[in-house]
Amino acid sequence: MKIANLFITCLRALVRNPMRAALTILGIVVGIAAVVAIREIGEGSKQQIANNIASMGANTVNVSGASVRTAGVNSGMGGRASLLATDAQALMDECPEYVTLASPVVRASGQVIVGNTNWSPNSIMGGNEHYLAIEGWKIAKGSAFTKAQVDNSERVCLIGQTIAKELYKDTDPIGQDIRIKDVVFTVIGVLAGKGSDMWGDKDDCIMLPWTSVRTRLVGSSGAATVGKAGAANSSKPSATSTFPTTSVSFYPGCDVQPYTNAPHPLRTRTVDSITVLIKDSSQARAAMDAMTPILRRQHHLEPGVEDDFDLRSRSEFAEAVTSTSQTMSSLLIAVALISLIVGGVGIMNIMMVSVTERTREIGLRMAVGARPRDIMRQFLLESVLLCVIGGGIGILIGRLASSAVSSHFGWPIAPDPAAMLGAVSIAGGIGIIFGWYPAFKASKLDPIDALHHE
Amino acid sequence: MIELKNITKVYHLGEIDLPVLKGISLKIEDGEFVSLTGASGSGKSTLMNLLGCLDHPSGGEYWIDGRNVAGLNADERAKLRNERIGFVFQNFNLLPRTSALENVMMPAYYRHPALPTSAIRKRALELIRLVGLEERMHHTPAQLSGGQQQRVAIARSLINNPGILLADEPTGNLDSTTSVEVMNMFRDLNRQKGLTVIIVTHDPKTAAFTDRAINMADGLILEGVSDELTATLRK
Repeated sequence: MKIANLFITCLRALVRNPMRAALTILGIVVGIAAVVAIREIGEGSKQQIANNIASMGANTVNVSGASVRTAGVNSGMGGRASLLATDAQALMDECPEYVTLASPVVRASGQVIVGNTNWSPNSIMGGNEHYLAIEGWKIAKGSAFTKAQVDNSERVCLIGQTIAKELYKDTDPIGQDIRIKDVVFTVIGVLAGKGSDMWGDKDDCIMLPWTSVRTRLVGSSGAATVGKAGAANSSKPSATSTFPTTSVSFYPGCDVQPYTNAPHPLRTRTVDSITVLIKDSSQARAAMDAMTPILRRQHHLEPGVEDDFDLRSRSEFAEAVTSTSQTMSSLLIAVALISLIVGGVGIMNIMMVSVTERTREIGLRMAVGARPRDIMRQFLLESVLLCVIGGGIGILIGRLASSAVSSHFGWPIAPDPAAMLGAVSIAGGIGIIFGWYPAFKASKLDPIDALHHE
Repeated sequence: MIELKNITKVYHLGEIDLPVLKGISLKIEDGEFVSLTGASGSGKSTLMNLLGCLDHPSGGEYWIDGRNVAGLNADERAKLRNERIGFVFQNFNLLPRTSALENVMMPAYYRHPALPTSAIRKRALELIRLVGLEERMHHTPAQLSGGQQQRVAIARSLINNPGILLADEPTGNLDSTTSVEVMNMFRDLNRQKGLTVIIVTHDPKTAAFTDRAINMADGLILEGVSDELTATLRK
């Protein structure tokens, strides 16, 4: 039988019973729609993560203090205040084959005030003069702070786009005053927009010389081991605090450790973390291996003593996030594929019914000269046709569903032509697999019995 | 020419062997108009299935046009049925919800090598006209009367230009007037186109249209009865 005629024969058979055909393909439609929608959403979030990671700077390594365990309570990463600002310089000086730049990072939080407007920025952080280069941040207006300004812990700051917009409205913030936790700083530059990522608005930040955060801002993040002492310290009036809001206590309580165990200078020398720009993100592992002995020497660690710091490359982190999201979407696809198999069983079911119902037709076709393989082909093509039509409808519905999700929840989606092609081939494959047995059964009918079937 | 030599057919029902045809020898020349009669259970349906190559005999030889077809496999028998034999059934066996024209065209789709669809269509139109249904060729079987359906079935049996026409109780589901029409149509086909027509029937009125009777009983051809019947037909 010519393939065109076979096609017409099958289509006619399907059109003869449109309701049943529609119900038969429902399972396939749903399965394929799920696969396509999940693929598009998964692909979209993968691309977004990739973009986020690119904007994060994939070739940076983060050094933080190791975790501290006190009486069974683990402080988590960065718990130990072991990192010093000098470590950053040492990494730059002693490991030039891997390290391009390094900057200490300290963090603070609190309210900022300009005129009669206040704002709580997402982050207040301190770095050195290399920090912008390490993160790849740009200055939109004004200038970055210099090494001299860092060394002198000057009261200068860079503000993000969101801060500039919220606090200065239409006026030019350069040269203006800003009160950060009651210390007056001068805005010397505005950072270029960086957009937002999964951790929030990246433009809602204030960047200071790290020395200024440590020496001038009170209540900046201390470290756990000196936490109590630091907290005690923080209640002391800062020399530069122009507008103290907290009550002044001249006799801080040393309730956990004697104050002498964590002398004041430590708090101004320790940093929360060190961000290192390495030359090549593919060599993150080697760079981290080279940095470890330098830091151990810096920290005077004896051989056999555990590292009191923790190295982490962002590319590793990026891989972890990407693989997590990939695992999730593969899992969902697996579930969708199971629903496709269920749909396939539905196809098989109906094809069996159809073969039984059309036994006389099969007998007639055989009597007038259809070979068993002609009958086989007819029923196989019918089930494949059903599945492919179902797959096509499923793709349409899947695309609609993913764009509905995207417009409703704002999730990113990315159309995936390969997945659509794959979906149609899967549908066709299911048609062959689940249509094979009914078609085989039809082809094995005896023409005499089939003709007299009631 | 059709020639059967000592054809047997045995059905195996579990342990028991049931012989249905016990040695049939028969010769039908090209262009004969034959009726195959006999009581039910006489084996005429089995013989008809063998004649139509729907089944293969247990023993003996079956020659069609000088070719022994007893040992053919399913595919070869399908090809032979397609090219040489036209079937007409008691219950018409038309494809439901399919136009008369499409029903007539259907067997030609199984021709090997394939024919162009336009040629099949042209031939089908001729046959529809031959059976006088050109006004109803787009009707489905449900929209046709029994006689019209049987005429469509006759047109369908002729689409591949067969040499032999096999009709199994063609008038069984028709009233007497349409039965006469259909039987006249068979006679015309036999007289004008030279087709070998074999009618299986239990109805003497239907058998009366034919030129030669073959009467069966208990798996054998009753030569004497057959000759007598044939003699009455010739009168």
